[in-house]
Amino acid sequence: MEYFLELFFGGLTRGSIYALIALGYTMVYGIIELINFAHGEIYMIGAFTGLIVAGVLGALGFPGSAILVFAIVAAVIYSAAYGFTIEKIAYRPLRGAARLSPLISAIGMSIFLQNYVMLAQTSDFLPFPSLLPELGFVKHFKGILGSSDFIIIVTTIVVCVALTLFIKYTKMGKAMRATAQNRTMAQLVGVSVDTVISVTFIIGSSLAAVGGVLIASHIGQINYYIGFIAGLKAFTAAVLGGIGSIPGAMLGGLVLGLTEAFATGYVSSDYEDVFAFALLVLILIFRPSGIMGKEKIQKV
Amino acid sequence: MRGKLSFVLMAFALMGLLLAGCGGEDKKEAEAPAKKLILGVAGAHSGDLASYGLPTVNAAKLVAADINAKGGVLGMQVEVVAQDDQCKPEMATNAATKLMSDDVKIVLGHICSGATKAALEIYRDGKIVCMSPSATNPPLTQSGDYPNFFRTIASDDAQAMLEVEFAKKLGLKKLAVIHDKGDYGKGFAVFCKQFLEADSGMEVVLFEGVTPGAVDYSAVVQKIKNSGADGVIYGGYHPEASKIVTTMRKKGVEIPFLSDDGVKDDTFIKVAGEYAEGVYATGPRDISANPLYAVAEEAHKKEFGSDPGAFFFQAYAASQALLNAVEKAGGTDYDKVVEALRTQYVETPLGKIKFDERGDAEGVGFSVYQVKNGQYVELK
Repeated sequence: MEYFLELFFGGLTRGSIYALIALGYTMVYGIIELINFAHGEIYMIGAFTGLIVAGVLGALGFPGSAILVFAIVAAVIYSAAYGFTIEKIAYRPLRGAARLSPLISAIGMSIFLQNYVMLAQTSDFLPFPSLLPELGFVKHFKGILGSSDFIIIVTTIVVCVALTLFIKYTKMGKAMRATAQNRTMAQLVGVSVDTVISVTFIIGSSLAAVGGVLIASHIGQINYYIGFIAGLKAFTAAVLGGIGSIPGAMLGGLVLGLTEAFATGYVSSDYEDVFAFALLVLILIFRPSGIMGKEKIQKV
Repeated sequence: MRGKLSFVLMAFALMGLLLAGCGGEDKKEAEAPAKKLILGVAGAHSGDLASYGLPTVNAAKLVAADINAKGGVLGMQVEVVAQDDQCKPEMATNAATKLMSDDVKIVLGHICSGATKAALEIYRDGKIVCMSPSATNPPLTQSGDYPNFFRTIASDDAQAMLEVEFAKKLGLKKLAVIHDKGDYGKGFAVFCKQFLEADSGMEVVLFEGVTPGAVDYSAVVQKIKNSGADGVIYGGYHPEASKIVTTMRKKGVEIPFLSDDGVKDDTFIKVAGEYAEGVYATGPRDISANPLYAVAEEAHKKEFGSDPGAFFFQAYAASQALLNAVEKAGGTDYDKVVEALRTQYVETPLGKIKFDERGDAEGVGFSVYQVKNGQYVELK
């Protein structure tokens, strides 16, 4: 039973990590039906910004919790700026083009950013300081659930709930839903579609940055390539849960994380990815639009 | 009719051009009776594993500069031509093809075993001698498939044997053997498993491969914990090793962690920080007492202003061995160079070496190291 719980919480943490990144994919897809492949790189840039800020503040002798807050704030601002700019440069000019063009542009952006960080920073792995505080009450679960696991799981849940409320009850959220349903109609009734899309990218990138700092701090190391695999898995989670749906991203992340953890724990870690992707195929066969995805009626 | 005629004429004209092209090249080859000797250097010069590949380029440059200052090899100036393969097999074959088309006869490289294996077929068919400072996959020499291959590092099974002997010395009985599913890591892990199973006092309680680059390894660490292992042997490279060790220690799993040469890298200590303390890793024997070692190190500091990196001395020795063999063979004739490598001793930072029938350097080997106060220290 203890072993089961250990695996369960391990999988939950990993799933939350996927979910936090998957939210960005799913939001952008929901609004403009574009798979933003550069999203994983935004996550990586967030982590790097966090590392640089933490390094500077650490050298200046700031206390641990202040470093964490500043690192996250800096990472959010910097990554949001990147997300905003990427959309302006790489996607906006292609908005009227065939669907494949922005997709290729996104892949190009992803490769560009990876190589840019590799050249500007380093190709080596870098140690990331553990910024997350040790929570007292988590000690009772020693070995089953660590402080950083707990913080990541809670953050993901809070972010997910907040985002759902934001979309449901604010004016901007309403505009987002309208844009997602029908861009032309939204424009006709006075929604500034460009602003809505920019805001979507800014929110998605900010979440990725928060994820980047938390996860890097949890794992303890980063390099320019971390965004690729994390992005790929998060994208899988988004598709699994139903791309375009925010609770779906959360659910998809958790299902993927737990499947991987249990596959490793009870079968073999050699088959971790086999199980994860077999599950994806199965779900897509029976529910082509994902667990929470809405069946879409083809517009004529 | 006229159209057809002009087509035929044009075809002839084109063929003529092609022939002229061929003729021109023939002439050029004949004209240049190799005034310079090209030493190809292939390996990871960018990407994740660049820290393993770049020191080899430096070593080759230093040896070349040294020999050129003394008048070169048989009067030929040595030129170093580097080809990047990022440790990826598909890029290694490109690099090999490029070197072959540049008419390179001796190649120092590649760095990773998988990439080396991919490139070797091309070198074998092109009669190019290839010598790796770091590819330790045993079949590269033991299979006998690649008579053109040599190396200045001992193979993985030598390393695995030492690792298992050492585990026994530590009194470990139940071992979890983990690897990264790669040619190098899995090869090493499989040998460890074989040696462990052959020993009646020890058993393998867990044998698993992890996916390199995965977000975290907490599930596999739980599994190690649950298996009741009293020690972990890891086959692979430092990025995953540092993640696994960090996760183990954070979860309070304090059993010894033994690994291989891919982990005996300062980046591992830098990244894993305090969690690296006490980790064992096998690596090439400490050869710093050798006077030529100091010469090579000094040359590196003077030229590049830093301490040499991974496999630098193996690469230095390999460069010397290759160039020495060309000198002794009186040219770059494949059979003669191979013969010279097998019979002629050469003084290198690794000691006085020559190569056996299979292509392994005689008299090079491994030691066990442990991280103590943020540094790898050789255990004697």
